[in-house]
Amino acid sequence: MTLKWTLTFAAAALLAAGTAQAQISDNVVKIGVLNDQSGAYSDLAGQGSVVAAQMAIDDFGGKVHGAPIQLLSADHQNKPDVGANIANRWIDVDHVDAIVDVPTSSVALAIQEITKNKDVVHLNSTAGSSDLTGKACSPTMVHWTYDTYAQAHGTGTALTKQGGDTWFFITADYAFGHALEHDTGEAVKEAGGKVLGSVNAPFPNTDFSSFLLQAQGSGAKVIGLANAGTDTINAIKQAHEFGITQGGQKLTGLLTFISDVHSLGLETAQGLVLTDAWYWDHDDASRAWAKRWSQKMGGGRMPTSVQAGVYSAVMHYLKAIDKAGTDEAKKVVETMKSMPVNDMFTKNGHIRADGRMVHDMYLVQVKTPAESKYPWDYFKILRTIPGDEAFRPMDKGGCPLVQASAGK
Amino acid sequence: MMTFLGIPIQALMGQLLLGLINGASYAVLSLGLALIFGLLNIINFAHGAQYMMGAYIAWMLLAYAGVNYWLALVVAPLAVGLIGVVIERLLLRRLYKLDNLYGLLLTFGLALIIEGLFRQAYGISGQAYQAPRLLQGGINLGFMFLPLYRGWVVLVALAACLAVWAAIEKTRLGALLRAATENPALVRAFGVNVPLLITGTYGFGAALAGFAGVLAAPLYSVNPLMGSNIIIIVFAVVVIGGMGSILGSVLTGFGLGLIEGLTKVFYPEASATVIFVIMAIVLLIKPAGLFGRNA
Repeated sequence: MTLKWTLTFAAAALLAAGTAQAQISDNVVKIGVLNDQSGAYSDLAGQGSVVAAQMAIDDFGGKVHGAPIQLLSADHQNKPDVGANIANRWIDVDHVDAIVDVPTSSVALAIQEITKNKDVVHLNSTAGSSDLTGKACSPTMVHWTYDTYAQAHGTGTALTKQGGDTWFFITADYAFGHALEHDTGEAVKEAGGKVLGSVNAPFPNTDFSSFLLQAQGSGAKVIGLANAGTDTINAIKQAHEFGITQGGQKLTGLLTFISDVHSLGLETAQGLVLTDAWYWDHDDASRAWAKRWSQKMGGGRMPTSVQAGVYSAVMHYLKAIDKAGTDEAKKVVETMKSMPVNDMFTKNGHIRADGRMVHDMYLVQVKTPAESKYPWDYFKILRTIPGDEAFRPMDKGGCPLVQASAGK
Repeated sequence: MMTFLGIPIQALMGQLLLGLINGASYAVLSLGLALIFGLLNIINFAHGAQYMMGAYIAWMLLAYAGVNYWLALVVAPLAVGLIGVVIERLLLRRLYKLDNLYGLLLTFGLALIIEGLFRQAYGISGQAYQAPRLLQGGINLGFMFLPLYRGWVVLVALAACLAVWAAIEKTRLGALLRAATENPALVRAFGVNVPLLITGTYGFGAALAGFAGVLAAPLYSVNPLMGSNIIIIVFAVVVIGGMGSILGSVLTGFGLGLIEGLTKVFYPEASATVIFVIMAIVLLIKPAGLFGRNA
């Protein structure tokens, strides 16, 4: 009898375990970090995002709902076709459940289509385009860290209200640059300012002196750099050389990360005003996380907002799988939307129907060399921009999901 | 205010000056390329990487050893030249009997490896390198604010180009070089050590690239890709000027800098392509280049 009962119990236990895990497809949750690992965005996201995702998995315990969590990563080289190929292979062959990070808007929009059609989760931290939660929105996607609208409005509104009411833009001549210029121009006008002109610089570009001279000649009080990465770094460096800021004009990088400031050095970057989603030295929780990340990266660097965003997004995703008891994409994202985000990235963040994670943003100014007391002590926070003010109102984005949920 | 096609003359003069300054770095870079092609018949794709190494060595000298800009302006090109000599002795030497496509492939591969190594070590965002104190700030020319450092770059580049041209056209060593370009076997028969001449030329060409790199370090972000950004333009300059023509590549370098500068004013969107449009036109009309001789 004992043997029989034991066997029955064992069978029951096995069955129970089987049903519990049946909800997790292939009994493993696979997360793929797809980003730029060698080009312009490899410092601000790159390997640092992979490490951030791994930290989230480790902190969660390596298993969710009894199933192990596996991490993959690949380099999309900022090319939509390369990114799409990797994503398709990951989904069709490797059965990846979530694709994470995906900088470069053109690649992110391609991945958005694929993940929407194949019902896979897309957690985007580093791409800028606000279309991801606008007309291209998807029920399986969450846009975590920032977008062009938030960057444009954070900086555009604040500087205009401080008296910088005439603007000139130096714009990277592609979709992202034009979107950033357009959004910022709108914010400036809303705040009572005026856009005096703009110049489209080829992308990528090394020498900005000619464009800076045109900006200087315009007499605008603020010169807005609607570009990113190395373009921004070179433009700021040369603006310093041409005495733009010393001449009384304000310079702002509309998408500047702390890694860019580090590369410029405070001597050149001091006084720069910018909007960022997260700062490592903001509070105890962010500091503790940043130091752990830095150690894993071999020391010497601090994380950017988008790398922190990858950690936060993956952690929230795993919590949602645990709560929902499944890794089915739409259900998990729905569950993510039902839970507030509280971690080292943000307090009381929430995810809207259109997939936008709403959280506070920060208007910061780069410290002077004298103000900076220790390595990477770069930002002073001028203003905390409440999430509802920072991000585009949901009804203005044109996301079909919003109309659907409003009609319900 | 006087205007030209809707642009104030004063602003235009500023833009022309900037174009000339950019042309200066094109000239120094294309000079080295033309020199190497002229004598070795090698299309040196590693030229951009050698330019980047010049900038990085200047930065390393300052960051790790506290060596200032002025010394770096001498030491960094020497170091890059030395690396060039090693590359020539160990690798390029084996390819002279083959089609020059092999040299192109080898140097292209080397460029990728060198860039990859720097990217691995320093990341992509680049390093900051300040202009020396003496050359910080600028002067008001009335029509524009000219940073002193840019003025220095254009003067020094011009001097370097003139010196190289004079050395090749007016000295005995230059005469030997030119002779070896025409007929290496005959020159060797006169008891001249041609292989040494070739090694020296490659080393010198690489050193010129390194020199241009040090000049560029305070202007641009010192990053691993800075060479590949500029090298394509410089190749176009060499093709337009005529492969292997020293004076041609210098004049074309300055001329194209000016044209690019004007494009940035009148139609900035095309400023990245204008040089290649000119290259296509020149290739159609005068395939040997503006200053080249028909083979």
